[in-house]
Amino acid sequence: MARPVNSITRFNMTSLALGLAFLYLPIVILVIYSFNASRLVTVWGGWSLRWYHEFFNDRAMLDAAWMSLSVAAVSATLATLLGTLAAIGLARGERFRGRALFSGMLYSPLVMPEVISGLSLLLLFVALSAERGFWTVTIAHTTLTMCFVTVVVQSRLSALDRSLEEAAMDLGCDPVRAFLMVTLPLIAPAIIAGWMLAFTLSLDDVVIASFTTGPGSATLPIRIYSEVRLGVKPEINAICTLVIALIAVIIVVASFASKLSNARGESAAPL
Amino acid sequence: MPLLRIEGVAKSFGNFRAVDKVSLDIRAGEFFALLGPSGCGKTTLLRMLAGFETPDEGRILLGGNDIAQVLPHERPVNMMFQNYALFPHLSVRDNIAFGLRRAGMPRAEIATRVAEMVALVKLEGMEKRKPDQLSGGQRQRVALARSLARRPQVLLLDEPLAALDKKLRESTQGELMELQRRLGMTFIIVTHDQEEAMTMAGRIGVMDAGRLVQVATPRNLYEAPATRWIAGFVGDVNMFDGQVIASGQGRLTVSTSEAGSLTVSEMWPPVTKNVVSVAIRPEKVRLSRRAPALDEGGAQTINRLDGVVADVNYLGGVTTYKVRLESGATLRASMANTARLDVDAYLAGQRVVAWFTADDCLVLEQ
Repeated sequence: MARPVNSITRFNMTSLALGLAFLYLPIVILVIYSFNASRLVTVWGGWSLRWYHEFFNDRAMLDAAWMSLSVAAVSATLATLLGTLAAIGLARGERFRGRALFSGMLYSPLVMPEVISGLSLLLLFVALSAERGFWTVTIAHTTLTMCFVTVVVQSRLSALDRSLEEAAMDLGCDPVRAFLMVTLPLIAPAIIAGWMLAFTLSLDDVVIASFTTGPGSATLPIRIYSEVRLGVKPEINAICTLVIALIAVIIVVASFASKLSNARGESAAPL
Repeated sequence: MPLLRIEGVAKSFGNFRAVDKVSLDIRAGEFFALLGPSGCGKTTLLRMLAGFETPDEGRILLGGNDIAQVLPHERPVNMMFQNYALFPHLSVRDNIAFGLRRAGMPRAEIATRVAEMVALVKLEGMEKRKPDQLSGGQRQRVALARSLARRPQVLLLDEPLAALDKKLRESTQGELMELQRRLGMTFIIVTHDQEEAMTMAGRIGVMDAGRLVQVATPRNLYEAPATRWIAGFVGDVNMFDGQVIASGQGRLTVSTSEAGSLTVSEMWPPVTKNVVSVAIRPEKVRLSRRAPALDEGGAQTINRLDGVVADVNYLGGVTTYKVRLESGATLRASMANTARLDVDAYLAGQRVVAWFTADDCLVLEQ
């Protein structure tokens, strides 16, 4: 009898351990060093919560974190709204003119280098003489993340059987009600997943934010980046550990959302 | 006035004419089948009755009112979808109640009606399950209950049994017929399976390339097909092309290259052209070891052909034979295995006489 591929052998366990170490060892080290009592990043001085304490008293860092979270929340919400509408247009409006052009333009931010997007947005905001700050970053992040939402929602929509909406209409729903009562509940997991994707992308972005933000409204990644240039403080490790924790929570929620969608007998939204 | 009148309905998709000037009357309480190969336009016609497609021309009169332009949710017609289209996020009960809630029926009445529907399709105890917790046959029942719940004037069924296996399909056919009789509702079913259409429907409309080519009872469709194409599409048939060389006393003599000269009874309406096809169903061809005695066909004229058994297929209830005629053409015959012991069986290579009466032949224009 052939041995199943997934059996536990010494070789399998070793390669699994090496693979996981390759991916997660840097993060584990970062988390451990965030509890380091020493002022020097590379020297272990015993366990301490000192740098977390320092972070929560660092006004500028806290402002940047708050800025980042609110930009991420607002831009993710806007991107989800617009991206879902675009996905519906693409998946359901098969016959409209210029559909190919629309879909190409919608997806261009996926392949466009961020430096170019950032620079062109900067030029636009300067030309409009818009005051750069919270709203310019939010708008920039919305344009960046919207296409990701569209990809996620559209793939879910096109996997959905058209005859479900027809059945709803057959049973007395007008087209709008059919969408709200049948399609929307079925694509909700994809919409939630899209929002979370947009949120983490926005939280993570340095390039576009650095082009479009103004003085006094730095996001967390920009702030960290400028601090690190002056030498890594252990406080950065603490901040990064908190961000990792936040993202871990989001990933767990997102996988629950796609589990929920599996339980409904449909294919899961790709993430 | 029939319940449903389809008048000169046509529908094109781009250059493709899916439905070409179809006219058809359907009476209240009828079980009607639209039969045809895939792409013949039967599903498009059904979707126009449901309101998912709008006809380019013609009228659809339901109880005297033209509904051709009425939106699906405003028609007193419901459809059972081929893949059932059950709402995966709703339970069996909520699926069945969906249309009733949209109609604004009071809660208590909805509960009664749902219970009635659940009992009708024998799904008691399954009310709280989601569609993915049901078997294929159970899903089919939920879809049926959901489309019947609003008590539509006409129920449209799009290949309702296509997804079921053979045994289940046969028992479900019987249940559907029983249900239709009990409710006295009008059913229009679309199918590509001629046996299914013949089993269930009172009348069958055969479609080909967007046109309705014949509307008839199952028996007439099989025994008196209107065209050569229908004779070949519905059931199995031997077809010999030839020319009428003599006629008189209700008989035609057709000279064929493959089966020699055949005597056939004239049909109504009589053929108008000289070039015809003679069609004979395999079960009407009889085989014997010697030439039949003259009185075996009664007063009828008998056509006899000599040949050699080329192939024997034993199918349980019947055995089908391929007989190689002297011309080299093949004649198919099927015989019921009425005795358990094979006293009547023929073997491959055996010389036989194949014979059939003039009345059993069909004369069709080419």
